[in-house]
Amino acid sequence: MKKLFKKFDKIVPMLVLIFSIFLILNTLIETRIFTRYYASILVIVAVYIIMATSLNIATGFLGQLILGHAGFMAIGAYSAALTAIALRDYIVNDLLLFIVSALVAMIVAAIFGFIVGTPALRLRGDYLGIMTLGFGEIVKVILTNLEITNGAQGLTGIPTIMSFPIAYFTMIIVVSIIALFMTSRHGRAMLSIREDEIASESVGINIFKYKITGFIIASMFGGVGGAVYAFQIGYLTPGSFNFTRSIDIFVIVVLGGIGSLSGSVIAAIVLTILPETLRDFASYRLLIYSILLILVMLFRPQGLMGTRELHLSKINDKYESIKTKLRNKFKKPKEEGDA
Amino acid sequence: MEVLLQQIINALNTGSIYALVAIGYTMVYGIIKLINFAHGDIMMFGAYFGFLFATIFPFQLPLMVIIAMSMILAALMGVIIEKVAYKKLRNAPRISALITAIGVSLLLQNLALLIFSSDPKVMPPLISTQKIYILGLDIPTLTVYTISISVSVMVALTLFIHKTKPGKAMRAVSQDADAAKLMGINSNKTISLTFAIGSALGALGGIFYTLAYSQVYPTLGVMPGLKAFVAAVLGGIGNIGGAMLGGYLIGAIEVFTNGYISTRWADAIVFAILIIVLLVKPSGILGKNVKEKV
Repeated sequence: MKKLFKKFDKIVPMLVLIFSIFLILNTLIETRIFTRYYASILVIVAVYIIMATSLNIATGFLGQLILGHAGFMAIGAYSAALTAIALRDYIVNDLLLFIVSALVAMIVAAIFGFIVGTPALRLRGDYLGIMTLGFGEIVKVILTNLEITNGAQGLTGIPTIMSFPIAYFTMIIVVSIIALFMTSRHGRAMLSIREDEIASESVGINIFKYKITGFIIASMFGGVGGAVYAFQIGYLTPGSFNFTRSIDIFVIVVLGGIGSLSGSVIAAIVLTILPETLRDFASYRLLIYSILLILVMLFRPQGLMGTRELHLSKINDKYESIKTKLRNKFKKPKEEGDA
Repeated sequence: MEVLLQQIINALNTGSIYALVAIGYTMVYGIIKLINFAHGDIMMFGAYFGFLFATIFPFQLPLMVIIAMSMILAALMGVIIEKVAYKKLRNAPRISALITAIGVSLLLQNLALLIFSSDPKVMPPLISTQKIYILGLDIPTLTVYTISISVSVMVALTLFIHKTKPGKAMRAVSQDADAAKLMGINSNKTISLTFAIGSALGALGGIFYTLAYSQVYPTLGVMPGLKAFVAAVLGGIGNIGGAMLGGYLIGAIEVFTNGYISTRWADAIVFAILIIVLLVKPSGILGKNVKEKV
């Protein structure tokens, strides 16, 4: 019972935080203080958070270099969009339609994750990166040449059923599942693989099983990110899932701190909003972005957060410790005066 | 038969360009274990340098002068990039160096966008458009130039690496940087030299590429850069001979799928072959397999 209360202590503030952020943003959108443009940026932020946290499982926690995450995003986006187009006459409820299509996207992306991951995970380091890069490019070419995806002209007529609440809670669910998984026994096993493959194998961790599980989970949630993206944009071309997109996601993960979920979330927010705020500088925008990227890497190569996490309880502890420190400071002179 | 011969010539032409660019990737990887994503963009800048030297003077400079000047500028650029962006990260986690390389790549592309604007510039044909008649085939002069210059440059590079002192230093640093330092090799100078040579060859590839397609634009380096990188991996990254072999193989695969299967699937087949080779022999065709030690 005590244990349960202890967990409750941690969960309640988190839930309060999640819902208050949601309420603030949602009222801002409902009252039209945030225009449709800002609302759409918020949805894209959610997409990038999903993409970055899911990639962080494979890159951050398993330590595998993956440069083709946009391939899974494309698979998820296209399968969700095609499902929704096929089912839109049967399911009228937007939320239900989204859930069904997102589930299809998840399953299809996970299947591809398994097909690609099984052979690919035999490779290490740069070679795995190159192979996943090749996979991303192949997905793009296949999508360009298939008839069902309408080739290079792009898939149109996707119901734009995405709204900020759906995107927000999808993101929350994905991040929570990943966070829970990563703090579990399985998550720790994955961390040990990142630190030292041979040592973890010798203590009885099935390396291949964990690697493939991590890879499948990463691709599965990558598919969900693609689904959210598809229903927000309403129009898909294979070209929008190119190598640059994979790199964008990868940059978020590394900049946030490899192996730090909160780092990925923060970096996704900053890196999606930053280019938008720099829009006034028009042509200098991407120049500034790239210079910032280089500078951050030169002066903080471990990323913004390193491998640390931002915990509510830690912030609370810090707050408490500062409070007691201050109290002691103010107390001390008094005591000395007494003596 | 004639069509096949023509295709072989085309494959040699495309392959030469890929091989030139792939050498830059492989040399840098061999010496500091970095996938230099900015290399494709150095190739693009090399092409722009070539375009500038070909157009800003009121008189026409000879082709060789244009090529030499562009190569020198690109070499300088490569050395500066290494000094500013990569040097500090030599002992950092390799993934941060990779991100920096991506950052440099974005920076170069946007710099080109800012200086030259996004609309493609037309490269003047520096070589006469007449065809040369060899072996019963009409071959464009440009193709003859591309293949012969590329091959002679590659031969020169191989001789340089194997017969001269700086070449020996390069091989030593790529085998074991610390031991090389103990033997009195200036590893900083050697790394700079590597970047200079790689970038110069990239610029040469870029000039030939733009002469073939007669257009220069800021994202020019992305796709050929990626394919040249694939070529370097295919041949065994870190191995210069491998990069040349890989370049010609990728060129052949691309030209033959374009000619005999379908132009739309060419890219997919290139990458599929890469994946198959990696699965069968992860270190590439000529690469050595490094055993992992406990």
